[in-house]
Amino acid sequence: MTRIAGRKPILRWAMNLAVLALGLLWALPVLGLLVTSFRTSDEVAASGWWQAAFPTRQTLVQRIKGADAQRQEGQVFVIEGDLVNPERGDRVTAWGFSSRSRDILAPGASARLGNGGLITIDAAGHYRLEKDTAFTDNRGPYVFVTITAPPMFTLDNYRAVLSSVRPGADAPGASVARAFFDTLSITIPATVLPLAIATMAAYALAWMRFRGRLLLFAAMVGLMAVPVQMALIPLLEMHARIGIGKSYLALWLAHTGLSLPFAIYILRGQMAGLSPQLVENARVDGASEVQVFTRIVLPLIWPGVAAFGVLQFLWTWNDLLLARVFLIDPAGPADVLTNRLVGLMGARGDDWETLAAATMVSIALPLAIWFGLRPVVTRGMLLARGKQR
Amino acid sequence: MAMAKLKLTGVGTQAGPASAPGAAPLLRDINLEVAPGELVVLLGPTGSGKSTLLRMIAGLEPTPEGRIEIDGIPVNDLHPSRRGVAMVSQEHALYPHMTIYDNLAFALSVAGKSRAEIDEAVRKSARALQLEPLLEKRPDALSPGQRQRVAIGRALVRDPKLYLLDDPLSRLDAASRIATRIEIARLKERMPDATMLYVTHDQDEAMTLADRIVLLAEGTVAQAGPPMELYDNPASEFVARFIGTPPMNLLPGTITGTGRQTRVALDQGGAVIADLATTDADQGNPVSVGIRPEDFTLAAASDGSAISRLVTHVEALGDATLAYLSDNGIRDACIAKLPRGTRVVRGTNLRLQADPARIHLFHQGQAMRPDA
Repeated sequence: MTRIAGRKPILRWAMNLAVLALGLLWALPVLGLLVTSFRTSDEVAASGWWQAAFPTRQTLVQRIKGADAQRQEGQVFVIEGDLVNPERGDRVTAWGFSSRSRDILAPGASARLGNGGLITIDAAGHYRLEKDTAFTDNRGPYVFVTITAPPMFTLDNYRAVLSSVRPGADAPGASVARAFFDTLSITIPATVLPLAIATMAAYALAWMRFRGRLLLFAAMVGLMAVPVQMALIPLLEMHARIGIGKSYLALWLAHTGLSLPFAIYILRGQMAGLSPQLVENARVDGASEVQVFTRIVLPLIWPGVAAFGVLQFLWTWNDLLLARVFLIDPAGPADVLTNRLVGLMGARGDDWETLAAATMVSIALPLAIWFGLRPVVTRGMLLARGKQR
Repeated sequence: MAMAKLKLTGVGTQAGPASAPGAAPLLRDINLEVAPGELVVLLGPTGSGKSTLLRMIAGLEPTPEGRIEIDGIPVNDLHPSRRGVAMVSQEHALYPHMTIYDNLAFALSVAGKSRAEIDEAVRKSARALQLEPLLEKRPDALSPGQRQRVAIGRALVRDPKLYLLDDPLSRLDAASRIATRIEIARLKERMPDATMLYVTHDQDEAMTLADRIVLLAEGTVAQAGPPMELYDNPASEFVARFIGTPPMNLLPGTITGTGRQTRVALDQGGAVIADLATTDADQGNPVSVGIRPEDFTLAAASDGSAISRLVTHVEALGDATLAYLSDNGIRDACIAKLPRGTRVVRGTNLRLQADPARIHLFHQGQAMRPDA
């Protein structure tokens, strides 16, 4: 593909554009989530994430303070207060008394209230209500103010999502943080275990002579065609029968078993791509099979192993189905991030900023691994494509 | 009496059902003994089974028939790592992820030798092969010739019971092939106790290196013996044609005179006399007359036992002149290697003769021997 594209300039351009489009397709939603996760809920409601760097226009409904806040200045009774947070730099652009006439008055203008008071609201959101007689109503009237708020970035969403102490019955905090570590404790064994088994199995299938080797390999390749869903119920029943039920162990085993055929297939391919003379020389040099495996074959296909490790890590990290089937018990405390996100969508589906923060938490590690190990993954992919030397 | 380092008894193998048809050559009933300190070359054309035999000795191929003994111990069922042999293969012999030092040290390191021991052995063999400046490099950075020297060095480091060299020079260009060949010969001189089995398809390597050549053809030993023995007394037409460049000429003829010497009338005219005793029973037998190109000399016009053939092509090589002659209606079927300066003209007839002692006779493909 690259070779054809490398020859014709038009094709090269087309390929570059396609890559760019794919990159944008992938990067834009992530960027949106990232930006949203740092915004306040008011801002999220007022404007899209791409406007996050600009002031937002918001309409607030505020109640003027009641009679108990009045004070006397000579002959007039005065109530003063602030409708917006002046330190933040919010500016009032218009105001009014009802939703229909919420922006008929300019900042600095005055208006007569029904109770005879005169109210003035300035651009900074400061209001002053004057009346010749004392205020009696303990509940002040509502005013609608339209403000422009400068862009604000906050860590509150993350604090809310991650802190384990947060009041409220549907607090997302404790469970997201917990789910993060639960997911980690599923993912690491579910990556290491299949890799350990698959590299050894791949070595045996690639380089050791034994009866039925080809048949075994063919059967394993055949297993790759079996849909995961078909295995769920039998596996669950088996787990129940041997007494591991729904547990971490059950999930580790499920992830391991289901990823093994593909892992062995890929790794065997890479190992078989090594020169047979390397392995034979090592054997004649006195290396046992274990030594050939650990000292010759493994170092040479290491990029492939690492690449598969990264992929397996990402798959298990993002898995929801297997976790739900083999681990998550509604009564139990164990949870995974994907499942937690589903829960949040139901419970707090409108709180985009919270969802965004929770999502960022759940993809932070995969992103870090992806970018951190990108050279390794790329090399591994090239190896898997048979581009070796 | 020293025990044979390597002893093969009735060794054979077949193209197994697992391998593609014809992929593994068939070997049958190979008997071979290699004495300590001997360098034996397994020579044969492609597909003769020589590499397979070497791999069977190394343990890289199973040995379904016969017995392989190293130092008197049967090794048929031993893992390659436990046979105590070192192998130098054609290519990709070096571990690409290790430095040259580590490549040399690998065998000792898996054997669990101490660091000091390893270092001493590595430095010693590096010195012997002038590899010292390369020790910290990786195989990619070396030329093919250097790589093959490292591969040889890796075998040296171990001081094995038996060295197996599987066509180690085949992937080198002509110049470094000769240089490395001389290197191996010198190395062997310095290590008179080292026992080596060397596989090659190149008769020059076999002739120059071997104490003894074992020539394989179609899975059996065609002839075994010192190089000059194979050259001077080939046991069959196959050996005669395989050893020597250009190959021996084989001219069809019929025995017309027997006795202490044998007279053969060639089918295409002319006759030769060979120093070979025959009996009346041989009279009239069809034979092939084998004459090496360099054994031809120009014959006087009057000589009765001379061969006259049409010159179809002439190559003046400088040190010699090759005259290609037609025989049996085939162009260039016979080659005469004549001293430099000999005047040969294409399209004319050339009269040649040969020393009776240097004439070989083959009956049904096998050499006729006075004692046979």
